[in-house]
Amino acid sequence: MEKRNVETLVGVFVVLGALALVFLSLKAANLASFSFDSTYSVTARFDNVGGLKIRAPVKSAGVTIGRIKSISFDDKNFQGVVKLELDRHYQFPTDTSAKILTSGLLGDQYIGLEPGADDKSLQPGDSIKLTQSAVVLEDLIGKALYGKAAESGGRQREGAK
Amino acid sequence: MTTIDNLVQIDHVTFGYDRSRTILTDVSLQFPRGNVVAIMGSSGSGKTTLLRLIGGVVRPQSGSILFDREPVDPSDTDKLFALRRRLGMLFQFGALFTDLSAFENVAFPLREHTDLPESMIRDIVLLKLNAVGLRGAASLRIAELSGGMGRRIALARAIALDPELIMYDEPFAGLDPISLGVTANLIRRLNDATGATSIIVSHDVDECFQICDYAYLISSGRIAGHGTAAELRASEDPEVRQFIRGEPDGPVPFHYPAQPIGQELGLPS
Amino acid sequence: MNPLNVLAALGARALWLLTSLGHASLFFVELVRHTPAALRRFDLSLVQIHAIGNLSLVIIVTSGASVGGVLALQAYYALDRYGAAESVGLLVALSLLRELGPVLTALLFAGRAGTSLTAEIGLMKAGEQLAAMEIMAVDPRSRVLAPRFLAGIISMPLLSAIFSAVGVAGGYVVAVKLIGIDSAAFWSQMQDGVDVFKDVGNGVVKTIVFGVASTFVALYIGYESDATPEGVAQATTRTVVISSVSVLILDFLLTSLMFSTRP
Repeated sequence: MEKRNVETLVGVFVVLGALALVFLSLKAANLASFSFDSTYSVTARFDNVGGLKIRAPVKSAGVTIGRIKSISFDDKNFQGVVKLELDRHYQFPTDTSAKILTSGLLGDQYIGLEPGADDKSLQPGDSIKLTQSAVVLEDLIGKALYGKAAESGGRQREGAK
Repeated sequence: MTTIDNLVQIDHVTFGYDRSRTILTDVSLQFPRGNVVAIMGSSGSGKTTLLRLIGGVVRPQSGSILFDREPVDPSDTDKLFALRRRLGMLFQFGALFTDLSAFENVAFPLREHTDLPESMIRDIVLLKLNAVGLRGAASLRIAELSGGMGRRIALARAIALDPELIMYDEPFAGLDPISLGVTANLIRRLNDATGATSIIVSHDVDECFQICDYAYLISSGRIAGHGTAAELRASEDPEVRQFIRGEPDGPVPFHYPAQPIGQELGLPS
Repeated sequence: MNPLNVLAALGARALWLLTSLGHASLFFVELVRHTPAALRRFDLSLVQIHAIGNLSLVIIVTSGASVGGVLALQAYYALDRYGAAESVGLLVALSLLRELGPVLTALLFAGRAGTSLTAEIGLMKAGEQLAAMEIMAVDPRSRVLAPRFLAGIISMPLLSAIFSAVGVAGGYVVAVKLIGIDSAAFWSQMQDGVDVFKDVGNGVVKTIVFGVASTFVALYIGYESDATPEGVAQATTRTVVISSVSVLILDFLLTSLMFSTRP
């Protein structure tokens, strides 16, 4: 086989492989997301981070504007400390609140930011003060049962009156 | 006795691949410079092993092998490398590289061991192919060559670097009469034209005797006899006689060891 | 049956296995040791990449497209029951990237390229080509074995990437064009769930490991095969069996390492 031909064909093969890899990374995976844009970090503390995972999205008004960088534990306040990386293009007021929400009914959890009304914006390294922890299913069920029990107990007492 | 300049000298070599099988026992052979020497014997007598010992592929259990007065040491890779560049070997069925053309095969040692420019390599290859009479077959693929032609291409490859020692492993095996004549002729002419030393391992007595200066007969790992063609033909040694004359029965028995036939057939004794 | 004989036979077998393992490991070390030589003589490796990689493209592409399409089809039927039909893309992509891409490519590779390597090396050895090279002071390990080893390691990740990419495309065609799932949902669900480092990256690591393993097995078995027609035939069968089993075992080990439920 002509040497030049072989080299060309192998080159084509390598290019195809590389293209396939690029296609997979961009189209199939999440490489295209802003992970490499310039970002700034803020922290938020939660009583319960629930099923939050690293690299979960941070959304505001439903739009992804950041990623979770790390999740750690503060053993002074016994809270979960979540470090968020936000896109530098977007500024949030200092009284923004952070909620842990679930996408869909059984989907992955993410952080939703609801802007406050303050003039000043969150600076890199700042901490979000207002946070709402993840909804724990057991607590919810417990509340529902307790609520049901209280309700039926009340009606019973009423009925018995 | 004048000191003969031996290119290769095998002194009291004993060799076996493992402890149970000894292939060669205390053999000594000399290969004077510029001579064609034949090593003859029946299959499995250890002839090819001698070539492997000379080439440093295997190491003897005892004894020494000298190439140009230097011992052949398989563990000294640098020395072995230098030694192997000075010898060429023609394998029994050519051992040509089937993925390369005839030209590429002959060019192989030149490309691997020299920095010669392509144009020079081309010239040398064509000259070598011309020496074996196959310059016109240069572009053929190995599969397109006949047995005899393949053997000759392999010979061209073996002499590509103009070796001082050329070893032939059964060069006459399976060739038609014309190819036989051509090959024998080539071996002798090449040897004399280049001043090389040739060792032929073969069991073809007639062809060997036509071209060799000296011959050794190996039988069961020992030297059964040695001498010039005339001396061997005249020898009275039974082993030598049986081999040279091709007698079916003699020291090498016709029958493979077995019970007496009467016993085997259940005949009353 | 004399129990002592049975024990002796068992012991001999175990000893043979142990020596084979040692022999194979030494061979592997030699392969690795001569790989830098293959890098220096990259023209040799190039030819091998062509033989191993390019010539496998047809089977890889057709298999990839089929597997991707079939996955999408089967996944749709299952997911549709839970109203999660739009996750088809995600399922196809994850299956391909994490498991099916690397493993199936490795198995196909063992069948196509592995057997040809084994047969080639076996026949070269039988035809005394390797011995001829040695006597010409050319190390067959550097010139013949190492370039093929390198070519296998380079080709496998490329083939696997192509397999997965074509598989995703095949899944797309089936899910979006044939079944009618929303194209945007197909891609967005996939992109949300597939992580570059975890899924694509780990997949690449797997293929490199599989490439090393299957190429090594193919070369070793070819090198140690009997110089007869039956010997070579047996050797090629052995290559497929041992390569495939090794790949599957390695897959299990790697998967448990990579995709464990660590936080």
